[in-house]
Amino acid sequence: MSLMAIAFYLMAACTCVSGLLVVTARNPVHSVLFLILSFFSAAGLFVLLGAEFLAMLLIVVYVGAVAVLFLFVVMMLDVDFNKLRKGFATYLPLGGALAIVILLELIFVNIAVANKGAAAGNLPHYSAAKSNIRMIGEQLYTTYAYLFEMAGFVLLVAMIGAIVLTLRHRTYVKRQDIHAQVTRRRKDAVAVVPAKSGEGIQE
Amino acid sequence: MESFWGSPVGWTIITVGQTLAVIVGVMVSLAFLLWGDRKVWAGVQMRKGPNVVGPFGLMQSFADFFKFVLKEVIIPAGADKVVFLLAPLISFVLAFAAWAIIPFAPGWVVSDINVGILYLLGISSLGVYGIIMGGWASNSKYPFLGALRSAAQMVSYEVSIGFIIVTVILICGSMNLSDIVNHQAGGIWNWNVFGGGYLPLAIIMIPIMVMFYISALAETNRPPFDLPEAESELVAGYQVEYSSTPYLLFMIGEYANIVLMCAMITILFFGGWYFPVPLDGLGMPDWLLTIIYLLTFIGKVVFWFVMFAIAKAIVPRYRYDQLMRLGWKVFLPASLAAVVIVAAYRVFGGTI
Repeated sequence: MSLMAIAFYLMAACTCVSGLLVVTARNPVHSVLFLILSFFSAAGLFVLLGAEFLAMLLIVVYVGAVAVLFLFVVMMLDVDFNKLRKGFATYLPLGGALAIVILLELIFVNIAVANKGAAAGNLPHYSAAKSNIRMIGEQLYTTYAYLFEMAGFVLLVAMIGAIVLTLRHRTYVKRQDIHAQVTRRRKDAVAVVPAKSGEGIQE
Repeated sequence: MESFWGSPVGWTIITVGQTLAVIVGVMVSLAFLLWGDRKVWAGVQMRKGPNVVGPFGLMQSFADFFKFVLKEVIIPAGADKVVFLLAPLISFVLAFAAWAIIPFAPGWVVSDINVGILYLLGISSLGVYGIIMGGWASNSKYPFLGALRSAAQMVSYEVSIGFIIVTVILICGSMNLSDIVNHQAGGIWNWNVFGGGYLPLAIIMIPIMVMFYISALAETNRPPFDLPEAESELVAGYQVEYSSTPYLLFMIGEYANIVLMCAMITILFFGGWYFPVPLDGLGMPDWLLTIIYLLTFIGKVVFWFVMFAIAKAIVPRYRYDQLMRLGWKVFLPASLAAVVIVAAYRVFGGTI
């Protein structure tokens, strides 16, 4: 067995087991940690495929940013999972049906890949001289430039929407004026008042 | 023999050997850098610093090491035991994993991957997990607050670090660290801090370098941005409940990250292993050149480590809202503008 095969089976098993543990772990924080582990091993699988750019993106974006926020929220919410589990039986049929639909879709995709994709010899155009960052970049910024920019605008709208939803103008809150603080000098703040002894100062 | 080193077994032996060499090298130099850190700190405060163990106190770090290792590991009763012990391990392992792609001298790199910079960014964004897991698993208020602060801080400054790295990538046209260093060959005027061969870009790159240095301080939780462990507010932040070896692992991981950031500044902005003046035409043998390059790299890293130590000694701590303002309202727009300007120069400016 080659090193590649060992690495593949190790990471694939790690992905599957940690994926299973995400839904079975009792503690929600452990669930999120297992989710992160499964992201991480999925990134390892990408590296084995030769798609190192996608792998690094998966780690930087999902593991490094999205999952941190997940962890943040789950840690602070103090979710009581036993309460959540009470509705398990009522939601089982709906959830089971969804799971079956997704399973069927995955099977269809795999059949399609086996018949028409890489497994059937229709490998994507690949040359060792070009790194796959360059290849992804050429595709994104030439063939799919408009779609790429549209995706960017969708994200921008989502971001502005989130900001608008949470923005509150409160007039009674004292705000900092950094410029005023930094430019403040001694003569703006300190005044020497000739005070007679024993009398104090009247404003 | 060639075929043996090419086989899986030989490859494994070579890689494990290289990895061990890097880890041991970094660990030993960390011991002395820690001593140097404390000496600089002491010097600024007009103290003597560590001067008892060994000549000039050089063995102080090793004495501390044995002291930490021989103490009892205390696990709080309410702690989540597995996560509590896993957290320092994660911190430690990640801090050293990032060293795999640092090129010390021409060809002296464990793994010369194409997406080197993204790997570094990914590993440093993972570093937050050690802290946040440690803070949560301690099941105590101060560590938890420290962990939350640290997570928010690291995620914020990663954004500006990412943009700053993009400007370097735009200048060098590669994400491979060896390529980035080689792009800066031929003398100090070719270093990225002076525009990497495009001299007009120096007016952008010098402030960008300063921003990277400050972001690196924030990213590694160093003073003046050490709010996750601000002792006046949070005792010691996420490390409050840690003792003995787990604490040592946190500590080593933190310092390994700091030295890594120094290496990153060296590679991204200060020409990596290249000497300030070109040494190619002098007819030196290759082995001598490699040694000079290695020493140059180490010298630059040590210089930046001293800069980190001085910042720790002389700059007062930021308040948390000021820290966030600096990250999101100053560094993010400025680095974004720098990316636009550098990209525009590369497209429309031609080569000079």
